[in-house]
Amino acid sequence: MEGGVAYEQGLNLKATELTLGLPGTGETEGQGGVRNNNKRPMPTSETNEEESQALKAADRGSRAQIVGWPPIRSYRKNSLQEKKDSEGEASGMYVKVSMDGAPYLRKIDLKVYRGYPELLKALEAMFKFAAGVYSEREGYKGSEYVPTYEDKDGDWMLVGDVPWDMFMSSCKRLRIMKGSEARGLGCGV
Amino acid sequence: MDLSPKQSSPSESTRFPDEVLERVLALLTSPKDRNAVSLVCKDWYTADSWSRRHVFIGNCYSVSPEIVARRFPRIRSVTLKGKPRFSDFNLVPDNWGADVHSWLLVFASGCPFLEELRLKRMRVTDESLEFLALNFPNFRALSLLSCDGFSTSGLATVATHCKNLTELDIQENGIEDLSGDWLSCFPENFNTLEVLNFSNLITDVNPGVLERLVSRCRSLKVLKLNRTSSLDRLQRLLVSAPQLTELGAGSFSEELTLQQHAELKYAFGLCKNLSVLSGFWDASALNLSAVYPACSRLSFLNMSYTALQSPELASLLPHCPCLRRLWVLDSVGDKGLEAVGANCPSLEEIRVFPTDPFDEDMLHTVTESGIVAVSQGCPKLHYILYFCRQMTNAAVATVVRNCPDFTHFRLCIMNPGQPDHTTNQPMDEAFGAVVKACKKLKRLSISGLLTDLTFKYIGEYAKNLEALSVAFAGSSDLGMQYVMEGCSKLKKLEIRDCPFGNVALLSGLERYESMRSLWMSACNVTIDGCRSLAREMPRLNVEVMKEEGSDDCKADKVYVYRTVAGPRRDAPPSVLTFSGL
Repeated sequence: MEGGVAYEQGLNLKATELTLGLPGTGETEGQGGVRNNNKRPMPTSETNEEESQALKAADRGSRAQIVGWPPIRSYRKNSLQEKKDSEGEASGMYVKVSMDGAPYLRKIDLKVYRGYPELLKALEAMFKFAAGVYSEREGYKGSEYVPTYEDKDGDWMLVGDVPWDMFMSSCKRLRIMKGSEARGLGCGV
Repeated sequence: MDLSPKQSSPSESTRFPDEVLERVLALLTSPKDRNAVSLVCKDWYTADSWSRRHVFIGNCYSVSPEIVARRFPRIRSVTLKGKPRFSDFNLVPDNWGADVHSWLLVFASGCPFLEELRLKRMRVTDESLEFLALNFPNFRALSLLSCDGFSTSGLATVATHCKNLTELDIQENGIEDLSGDWLSCFPENFNTLEVLNFSNLITDVNPGVLERLVSRCRSLKVLKLNRTSSLDRLQRLLVSAPQLTELGAGSFSEELTLQQHAELKYAFGLCKNLSVLSGFWDASALNLSAVYPACSRLSFLNMSYTALQSPELASLLPHCPCLRRLWVLDSVGDKGLEAVGANCPSLEEIRVFPTDPFDEDMLHTVTESGIVAVSQGCPKLHYILYFCRQMTNAAVATVVRNCPDFTHFRLCIMNPGQPDHTTNQPMDEAFGAVVKACKKLKRLSISGLLTDLTFKYIGEYAKNLEALSVAFAGSSDLGMQYVMEGCSKLKKLEIRDCPFGNVALLSGLERYESMRSLWMSACNVTIDGCRSLAREMPRLNVEVMKEEGSDDCKADKVYVYRTVAGPRRDAPPSVLTFSGL
């Protein structure tokens, strides 16, 4: 660990960003937005649910920018931040998991699973759904829900297409999509 | 006191010689008692002045160093607090002030026998540390908490020159960590250290130097290592210093062989006097079991730097039957708190910090069930600090019904303005229950969706309240007025993001001189309001911190405090000082 100003390491700059106006106002950040690209495309029609989820996420995002709130001492904040940074490399790879229609998200540690079958079983148990049978050609058949993930490029991919190790290193978060929206995924590009 | 000749009066015949009076008064240590004593008569004032050994100054700008040194020329120990508490949360500009140097300059000539200096939220430069080390020959104890402005070079000068150092306590500071060489600056024959806390620092110290230092200092009672200290090193240190009463372990996540684990456990077993345990960055469950043998007399366990899970906590607690204070992260969850309730009947204080304060999706948090579970099992609870994402009025009412002896109740519902999540009502009744049930309440922090009703309750029932912290609450000026009118013992009031304006500010006119300070930020106070206040109350300093780009008339951040030192002259340009003088 290098020297340097210790209290500047891992500064959560977003949280200390000065904002004017009441909390809850401010720039909205759309999360889970739609991207156009050559890979398996996301459906372009946004349901009401998605919209409100995105709005909620945006609201949360802007609220997280209130200076000095929650009232945690800088020292403790930086300590946790350092832990998070080092944790990502060393122990535990936590990613968020959302499911369409579920009111809140979950977080899982990918390192705990040895491969796709274990991961899928865990997801199915956590969210009480059945993923169906995966095949490279057709994706997930026979189920209402489809597990997808966002990769490092920001693209939404079908879980299972790439080797497990590659998935572990490129998966930023998971989303269990309603089958009707996932049409187009898994039918080959 | 010179008297013209007069009949011998009863008071004269019972007058003690000054030396005797001083010896008697020296037995009074509480500052409050001393202050009362000094008001009795001039003799007693003088005797107190000469015999006072310790001074506590809660706000460094409330008095000048010259006044302190003149009144108490023989003090040995000074505690000084500087910046407003909200500076901990980045609400105060870096260059705000509270520099200790001017104090040291005056003390060097006025109180040269100074032995102990404890600073909180002060600016301390390396230059000041060097000055301290070189100008106070009897200096023994230095404690820096939440200070900033210095580097490890400053620590090096202290280690080099303070021949009789017994305490070096460096906690939670904004320190520039250049290298671990400072530890090597203690002379080879130096052996008086009793307290060494360098948990703040990141750069590693020389392990050999540390081990030799610890083995030389037979009176060492408190040792708090930094994060980079390995388990191997810890094991050797414990074997060398089993007399420790307080230990801060370093990182606790290394993988140990069976042999190493056994050796570590053995080393912990040698420590029969440990009452305080802290540190443990990244503790793994397996390693934690090595600590069990040292826990039988433990009264304070601080696990707030490692994301302990509930099974780990549940396994650890039965080994700590005497636990009175516990600090954890919310990673322990409600289940972990149930384990607390089940295993800690003597618990008096619990603090639950958030693992991920900014990640609202994290579900590994605690809820109202957790706090209720603790209150059910720990009837002696009197201090709580609880960060959570949901709470109910009913739960809080249950908690204070189970534990009516709260002196400190600090609840932080992390989403501003969040209502009771089962009824969608404001959290007014929760805090109403707290102030009605807890007659001894001295400190209260409120959160959640709150109307003026909360403040009505506080003003009506919290008659012993000394410190109140308010954020995102209230509906009108009335809220603050209720508090100013009702809480006659209030000493510190901090308010942020509330709809309180000039009327509210001025409603406390009569109260501010008996308070240490008032903070109001992101409220509706204007510059004119501050000016009026300063004009009416010349013994208050009214300071306004302006933010860039805000309206000229807005008082973005207001800090009001009583002072006998007049307006301060070291304020940066962004701080406007209004004074009635």
